[in-house]
Amino acid sequence: MSTPPGVSDYRRGEQGIELSPPLAQLTGRGDDGREELLTINFGPHHPATHGVLRLLVRLEGEIVRELKPIIGYVHTGIEKTAEDKSYWKVIPVVERMDYLSYYFNAMAYCGAVETLAQVEVPPRAQYLRVIHLELNRIASHLIWLGTSILDLGATSIFLYCLRERELVLDLFEMSSGQRMHTRYFQVGGVIEDIPTGFAKKLREFIDVMPKRADEYGAILNANEIVLQRLRGTCPLDAERALALGVTGPLLRAAGNPWDLRKAAPYSSYDHFDFKIPVGTVGDNYDRYACRLAEIYESVKIIEQALEGLPEGPHITSDRKVALPPRHELATSMEALIHHFKLVTEGFRVPEGEAYYPIESPRGELGCFVRSDGSAKPARVHMRDPSFVNLQALSPMVEGSYIADMIATVAMLDPILGGIDR
Amino acid sequence: MPDATGLELIGKELGAAVLDKSFFRERATLDVDPAAIRAVLEHLRGKGFEFLASVHGVDYYPHEPRLGVIYELLDMRSVDRITVRARVPTDAAELDSVTPDGEHGAGWPTANHQEREVYDMFGVVFRGHPDPRRILMPEDYEGHPQRRDFPVGGEPVLFTRDEAQWLERRE
Amino acid sequence: MEVTRSSGEAIDSASLAVRGLSAEQMLRGGALTGANQPAHLKGTDLESEELERHVRERVLTTTLDKAVAWARSNSFFPLSFGLACCAMEQFQAAGPRMDIARFGYEAFRASPRQADLIILAGRVSIKMAPIIRRLYDQMLEPKWAISMGACCSSMGVFNNYALVPADKFMPVDVHVPGCPPRPEALMHGVLKLRKLVQDDPDAGWRERYEAAGTEEAPAGA
Repeated sequence: MSTPPGVSDYRRGEQGIELSPPLAQLTGRGDDGREELLTINFGPHHPATHGVLRLLVRLEGEIVRELKPIIGYVHTGIEKTAEDKSYWKVIPVVERMDYLSYYFNAMAYCGAVETLAQVEVPPRAQYLRVIHLELNRIASHLIWLGTSILDLGATSIFLYCLRERELVLDLFEMSSGQRMHTRYFQVGGVIEDIPTGFAKKLREFIDVMPKRADEYGAILNANEIVLQRLRGTCPLDAERALALGVTGPLLRAAGNPWDLRKAAPYSSYDHFDFKIPVGTVGDNYDRYACRLAEIYESVKIIEQALEGLPEGPHITSDRKVALPPRHELATSMEALIHHFKLVTEGFRVPEGEAYYPIESPRGELGCFVRSDGSAKPARVHMRDPSFVNLQALSPMVEGSYIADMIATVAMLDPILGGIDR
Repeated sequence: MPDATGLELIGKELGAAVLDKSFFRERATLDVDPAAIRAVLEHLRGKGFEFLASVHGVDYYPHEPRLGVIYELLDMRSVDRITVRARVPTDAAELDSVTPDGEHGAGWPTANHQEREVYDMFGVVFRGHPDPRRILMPEDYEGHPQRRDFPVGGEPVLFTRDEAQWLERRE
Repeated sequence: MEVTRSSGEAIDSASLAVRGLSAEQMLRGGALTGANQPAHLKGTDLESEELERHVRERVLTTTLDKAVAWARSNSFFPLSFGLACCAMEQFQAAGPRMDIARFGYEAFRASPRQADLIILAGRVSIKMAPIIRRLYDQMLEPKWAISMGACCSSMGVFNNYALVPADKFMPVDVHVPGCPPRPEALMHGVLKLRKLVQDDPDAGWRERYEAAGTEEAPAGA
């Protein structure tokens, strides 16, 4: 394969080495030496597989000739469990799929149910949702950055990213009481308005985060090791990426600026002004650069959402779907009845199917909900971006070294919870 | 989304393959004959729906035909989505796989793992799939978990008051 | 061993004199006699009460078991093993704020042969259970297991066909509840394990599960 730009002389020299003819001579079999390929097993317990991913790798020397991912090691049957629970009880269950972008899982599911039940989400709730989604995107990218660069050998970036992530988790704890899997998004809005002090703390975070991201960039962007390992390694062009169903930063790194926040805006994303970072070659360095740039864009979105946060209710006023505020329970009989029905039975959703796609940190996260008219969903399915993006790992890596494979798995950003569900 | 008229036009073009059309909550859904699934997807590819976003299964128990496979297509140029649904009964749960290249045109490589998941969870066999194995459950698992008549399973919750019973049973 | 400085201010190797003293000499303080005797011992050869105090201040007696248990408990090498969401909180526990290195447990080892503490962070699916069992078997004695989170301790949020509680296939010493448990909660669990190992190494799982006699036999036996 041709060497992409930015590739060092060392790699260019390596490209010319072809091992198969000597191997064929050794084995005497002449079938391009396939019989001598070494099959090794990576994982599921492995420091560099980002979760319990198992890879069966056929190696010729150090070059990967074939790669087969084997998944299912953290399959939790979430979709089956969700069929057993009332609609709002499904939210905490579904949040635990892609466990780094929990707000996105909840958003996709709530969006699907809102489409089916035709529930309007008030503007304040939409802005609050956007703030939390973008905070979650930053937190997800921070863990991605930390663990990926850890795979390449740099341990301090991991600690810096964890430090920043603590700031984000503090904000989540402030708004909802939980650091992860917060059940903050409910059908029709968000469960609670933000407390006093949240805006102030958020503003502090907005001030600090770009500076910290600059620090990461200063360490990594022109770092010789990062460049050697990520520049020009395992590229995937946009056409093949689309055929494989790849979306998200992987597709954008290849040059296709497809982002659902711009293309098909949901939850007031069209009110905000932000750019989509797009790469050129589609190699690992572009993937890294795209995600790092997305952190800045997310901070911009949060700032705009905070400035323009409209007044109003934080959840729909449709009492058939959302719990009434507690003070009403003392005075209004209908409120009491609604509360009782919602808590014991849950709300019913008219029959139908809906597919609600959003842009998660890894790509297109779509939630398919089928309702049969009862209080429990008949089918909940998440089209998880990591599950589909994993199919691109094999074409990306074939022909590269093991070290490049490790870097590519890191840059692919697979989350096994989403892959296995 | 193709609006209701657009959906009617597509339905007319596809002719006999389309069993039903529905336009619900601004989403267009085509119910097609399972035997014609590849042809339908190819036709839609020609109309611009070049991205197969999702392939997933649904169990419509107790309505027959029970097992449905849903294909979500996306047109990136005009930001359009259309859903294609093929329903097969449990006793003849077979469909042509859309993953490999076929006589109707290039395949959709993105459907590889997704069809394996539908097979694993629902038992729909995809003819011509390059790797028809279970993907999420262990290789030797029996049963298809996401069918509606498959029990959810789980462990009984052990309360402290039952501990004596539990210890007895162990001995 | 006694180290004395022979001359004035400068400290260099030539000016230090080292000599071995017997225990009795150390105890009695009597090695230093005459002008070299320290002030508080001047003129006395330690008797009864002062000797007691002198001994208390300088000598610690313990059993070998306790000393070893203390060393083991303060230097767990956790296996870097994260399954699902709890692994994210495990990272945060190793992060700068809730620093697991304060207690000495920052040496996460990837190989089970080099680790002695397995923190099961996340849900255990039926496909993964035999692999975890194999990992646990590969760890060398003494080894401990912490089940972090609700999913591996009991079935957690997902009580269904796909999961197995960790107790069913491996012995667990400490269960940490939470979904996911905060890093503080995980630290509480780890410190409880430390206390368990320090104070009562026998109250391990073998006693609780009545599994005496299951220790690894030495090779060739």
